[in-house]
Amino acid sequence: MLHTVNKSPFERNSLDTCLRLAKKGSAILLIEDGVIGAVKGTVQSAKIEGAVKDHPVFVLGPDLKARGLAEDQVIDGVKVVDYAGFVDLAEEHGTHSAWL
Amino acid sequence: MKFGILINEGPFTHQASDTAYHFTKAALEKGHDVPRVFFYYDGVNNANKLSEPQADDRNLVKLWGQLAAEKNVDLVVCVAAGMRRGIKDENLADGFRISGLGQLVEAGMGCDRLMMFGD
Amino acid sequence: MAEYEFETEGVKKTFTFMNRKAPYGTVYALEVLETVLISAAFEQHANIVFADDGVYQLKAGHDTTGIGMKNFSPTFGIIEMEKEDADEDEDIDMVWRIIVEKESMEARGLTADDFKVEVEVLSAAELADIVDASDCVISG
Repeated sequence: MLHTVNKSPFERNSLDTCLRLAKKGSAILLIEDGVIGAVKGTVQSAKIEGAVKDHPVFVLGPDLKARGLAEDQVIDGVKVVDYAGFVDLAEEHGTHSAWL
Repeated sequence: MKFGILINEGPFTHQASDTAYHFTKAALEKGHDVPRVFFYYDGVNNANKLSEPQADDRNLVKLWGQLAAEKNVDLVVCVAAGMRRGIKDENLADGFRISGLGQLVEAGMGCDRLMMFGD
Repeated sequence: MAEYEFETEGVKKTFTFMNRKAPYGTVYALEVLETVLISAAFEQHANIVFADDGVYQLKAGHDTTGIGMKNFSPTFGIIEMEKEDADEDEDIDMVWRIIVEKESMEARGLTADDFKVEVEVLSAAELADIVDASDCVISG
């Protein structure tokens, strides 16, 4: 299964709920404002730092860049993908669940 | 692989339709099929031909229409959601058609993946 | 534009409808329920799930007269009837489950007695298995 989260963890509980309801081993991709959850050194970083132990975690590069965030600011273990990578994740990981 | 796409937001308040557009384009470029995009909730506003974005902004209504023409993507606007929001045949942009919610369920049944973009 | 014809004859999938938003502040709850009802016409399996503030959609006693909006709470009665038909009629090959996430319910000080319809209360871990096993997830 591929979970996407498009909300910042500072704004909504979408990431929390995704992490609570995503089965171990399922993939998580942070998109749109969700990319804020992938940034190192914030008071929310612990969520994704924990998630990378149980899930393959990805972040959409164009959304990072649009928000002035560099790839070296991303939490260790999180892979940066582009839209083609998003398509590959959807193909490989099965059913899509959008946490809005 | 067949991807069905569901878009639940319009082009001017949320990023959902932009993300869906880039995903759809990338999927088609990789040789996948995207037989249907279904527009629901405020997503029906993606089909409003009266919308006029400023010249320096992207025009998603046109971009979706072009993609439909070039790649033969079936763009379906939910009739009930459209009626509530004033999206009717009179102001329906090129490339879109209006139909029932059953067309979303069918896309879910007939595609390998149903990708949802909303807010 | 060319209308695409899907081959849906004999296709049976499991749809999960994930309701996470409180009623009335946004339209999401109402329009998800419309999709649930349409899916019945195609005899698809459905998990109708309520988590986070979505649990308030099920709360008994919605009275919208003061806000002037349509009370969509009666829709749950229709969903419950469809589910009962599916459960009782052997000719209908369709399993519907109405599920509330225990953690979300308890976090809001609610119990299953607060709801308008009968629900299955499942833990996050149990619900995670159900979401993971579904073919399509539609969230609102």
